[in-house]
Amino acid sequence: MTTIADIKRLLTEKKASCRELTQRYLDAAAQTNPVLNAYITLTAEAALDAADAVDKKLQSGAQLSPLEGIPFVLKDNISTKGIRTTCASRMLENYVPIFDADVWESLKGQNAVMIGKGNMDEFAMGSTCENSYFGGSRNPHNTEHVAGGSSGGVASAVAGGLAVYGIGSDTGGSIRMPASFCGLVGLKPTYGAVSRRGLIAYGSSLDQIGPITTCVEDAALVFDAICRKDPGDMTSRGAEPVSGKLTGNVKGLKIGIAKEFFEGLPDSIGKALDNAVSLYKKLGAEVVSLDFPMLKYVLPTYYILACAEASSNLGRYDGLRYGYRTDDFNDLNDFICRTRSEGFGPEVRRRILLGTYVLSAGYYDAYYNKAQLLRRSIVVEFAKVFTGCDVLLTPTVPVTALRFGADMTPVEMYQTDILTCSANIAGLPAVSVPCGFDEKGLPIGLQLIGGKFREDIILNTALAFERETSGAFCKDSGMGVTL
Amino acid sequence: MKTYEMVIGLETHVELSTKTKIFCACTTEFGGAPNTHCCPVCTGQPGSLPVLNQSVVEYAVMAGLALNCKINRRSIMARKHYVYPDLPKAYQISQYEQPLCEGGWVMLDSGKKINITRIHIEEDAAKLVHQGGAVCIDYNRGGVPLIEIVTEPDFRSAAEATEYLEKLQQILRAVGVSDCRMQEGSLRCDVNISLRRQGEAELGVRSEIKNLNSFVSVATAIEYEYERQEEILSAGGIVEQETRHFDADTGTTSSLRDKENADDYRYFPEPDIIPVVIPDSVLERLKSAIPELPDAKRARYVEELGVPEADARMLTKYRKVAEYFEEAAAGVKTPKTAATFIVTQMFALIQTEAERENWSPPVTAAQLNELIKLLESDKISRNVAKRVFGQMLESGKPATAFLTEADLVGFNPASLEPLCRTAIAENPKSVEDYKSGKEKAIKALVGAVMRASQGRANALEAEELLKKLING
Ligand SMILES: [Zn+2]
Repeated sequence: MTTIADIKRLLTEKKASCRELTQRYLDAAAQTNPVLNAYITLTAEAALDAADAVDKKLQSGAQLSPLEGIPFVLKDNISTKGIRTTCASRMLENYVPIFDADVWESLKGQNAVMIGKGNMDEFAMGSTCENSYFGGSRNPHNTEHVAGGSSGGVASAVAGGLAVYGIGSDTGGSIRMPASFCGLVGLKPTYGAVSRRGLIAYGSSLDQIGPITTCVEDAALVFDAICRKDPGDMTSRGAEPVSGKLTGNVKGLKIGIAKEFFEGLPDSIGKALDNAVSLYKKLGAEVVSLDFPMLKYVLPTYYILACAEASSNLGRYDGLRYGYRTDDFNDLNDFICRTRSEGFGPEVRRRILLGTYVLSAGYYDAYYNKAQLLRRSIVVEFAKVFTGCDVLLTPTVPVTALRFGADMTPVEMYQTDILTCSANIAGLPAVSVPCGFDEKGLPIGLQLIGGKFREDIILNTALAFERETSGAFCKDSGMGVTL
Repeated sequence: MKTYEMVIGLETHVELSTKTKIFCACTTEFGGAPNTHCCPVCTGQPGSLPVLNQSVVEYAVMAGLALNCKINRRSIMARKHYVYPDLPKAYQISQYEQPLCEGGWVMLDSGKKINITRIHIEEDAAKLVHQGGAVCIDYNRGGVPLIEIVTEPDFRSAAEATEYLEKLQQILRAVGVSDCRMQEGSLRCDVNISLRRQGEAELGVRSEIKNLNSFVSVATAIEYEYERQEEILSAGGIVEQETRHFDADTGTTSSLRDKENADDYRYFPEPDIIPVVIPDSVLERLKSAIPELPDAKRARYVEELGVPEADARMLTKYRKVAEYFEEAAAGVKTPKTAATFIVTQMFALIQTEAERENWSPPVTAAQLNELIKLLESDKISRNVAKRVFGQMLESGKPATAFLTEADLVGFNPASLEPLCRTAIAENPKSVEDYKSGKEKAIKALVGAVMRASQGRANALEAEELLKKLING
């Protein structure tokens, strides 16, 4: 699969101009998007402008910064000034932000080439990307299957050869799950490493922006390019760059395995994980068995907190200042009610109702407060884990990509987040790396969770695996641009 | 004695006078064309994030210190949810658990302490403007920093409530954290009032009267509400717990919403703002920046400067007037002379609260100081000084512009004794009265000396010399 280094080589060796390359991605996107539905909006003008700036720079002989001239996809919940940002919702179908997200601001400053805005579950709520007002994204490895959620369009575009890398957001697994389903690397950074300014909020204390890439080194490059302490986001702290630190050497590294994360897995996933563990042992890592009894509380904790924050964050969509407005109403209250009922899809409405309920007088202590207490216990549990090991290894998702349109109850759907959302609750960095295929040839991912701001450890551990397997599990889908 | 006692608590919202809003860099300036002082943050655009203005924290801490509060070294912001078009995020960022300040007090002149439960910081809502049948939203005010000062139910009369509010206004103005202009809405008040039988300890059911924006409204609303509740209770009825609206035109209150329809604010900690931590160094700096407060200043004027109590009260009511007074009285022998000039001649000219608060008089403090020094050095008489000061106030010119040769002749101290002897010789009746113990009779003799000197003699010195001459 195409990596950032591949494009860089073509550009610096002058085998192709940035404009030519960009045009190829735009053409491929125009051609293949009707199949994959990876993009909600194609941004040809912004892409070609950036490409021309890169070509000018190349002609002048100047050095390119790491992401300069590389075509990418930006999730459509990250604000782009002057370019509509829909959150895959009818509510924001025609919403054009008047300011840039911090992440897009820094990428734009580096002449990153944005091909388009990536499809997603509405307001990032979902595990399959099917909750999009614009229809779900398809999995390039098998278009009968979903791309995963919520950053499904981003993963679909990257795996489908319609972008070299992507930027997603992860509240309970929304980067790692689609990366796992589409055979890609997905990094959810430590909470606070990347600014959330301009990221349209879902669960503010859980949301984090991160990369979806075709290899571990690219994930490190993109992470370095987007993490910074932003004075406009009080919770952002920035992070040390990691690209220079990756060696792929895991000799003496302590990898923790907690049995609770492996319960009830399908054979194919269990086997792929077993193989990975053996391989790490072979590379000189020490595998440590641990307990993680708090895992059974992770899912309710996550859904209470995420829904509570969502119900608050989404209160602003009342049709008065921007976004969808109903045209049939009696009075102000009726206007707001109808606007919200018509503008939001069913899953978003469900989570707003759940969140409103858990914060209500009389229920607050039973739900929200308890979830806060559990959150603290989960943080403590992780702290204990990292006294015994350097990195925790788990499967990313207990299933492989679901069939498109599979009939699942909301609770069944929520359960697919069980292995990923603990990292969000504790604010820890976690990466998903491809580690195998199921009997249908659908990708399987393994997840590495590290201590706060230890992106260097988890990415290095991931790199060791990727190198040892020669990237065999990052399989080309055969779609999109081939160089 | 009345059968029922009123029990009142106040919640006061005060706009802080920081340059910028609480969570963005927009100006807090009052006025301005609608929606010209706003940005993605204070209009709640998707993806915008609040950044807490540290000046707001510091202003609020100073208010807390001046009101004798304990400053919580770690406090947290919270979201308070309600749906209304003036609130663009559908929540107000405020404080709930762990507010910035707790447990202060304000002392009334009677010596009674009004206890302050808490002071917290929050953002103001936008303003709805009704325009020809339409409702428009002006976000200029949205995000202006507020402190909410909540008292215990310690008031027993409308007079106590208004005295507290006046003191609060003077203290916050003295500290310089707010201009507390009720007419511009920078000080607004909610009143909680309940009645109980005299001598009873248990509190009655209260009603809350929202958004009172003048001292008169506060007093009128309390009186009205007392009568309304008294009527219900006397008839054996039960007061409903509810929120009421005050109509300033009729002086009455009416129900806004009852307990059943009370808002459920669904408070929870604001995840976008990290906890507010006040380090030792900051607290120490703010403590040392608290100026002398009005009550202390008044006591000092009376005790150390010999200013009459009533004058001292007027001077300390307005921060700028007090500053003016101190400059005018600097280095003079009788500071109370400066006080008299200000409180009589200047206040007669500068009459409104707003003018006194803004205090930009035509005569500078240095000019007044100069005039007082001329008077004290006997270069001019008191009558001349009064006349000249009036001319200075009219024209803004210094005293020297109006002093004629005749004014400046001054008074030769050597001529005081002959004048006194003449006065004694010509007023034997007064001398007799004085000798027989009528202290006041001396004033008639002083008057004679003053007349003879055309007002230029020093009355105090004349009195002393007269007494000496009479007593031998
Ligand atoms: Zn603003």
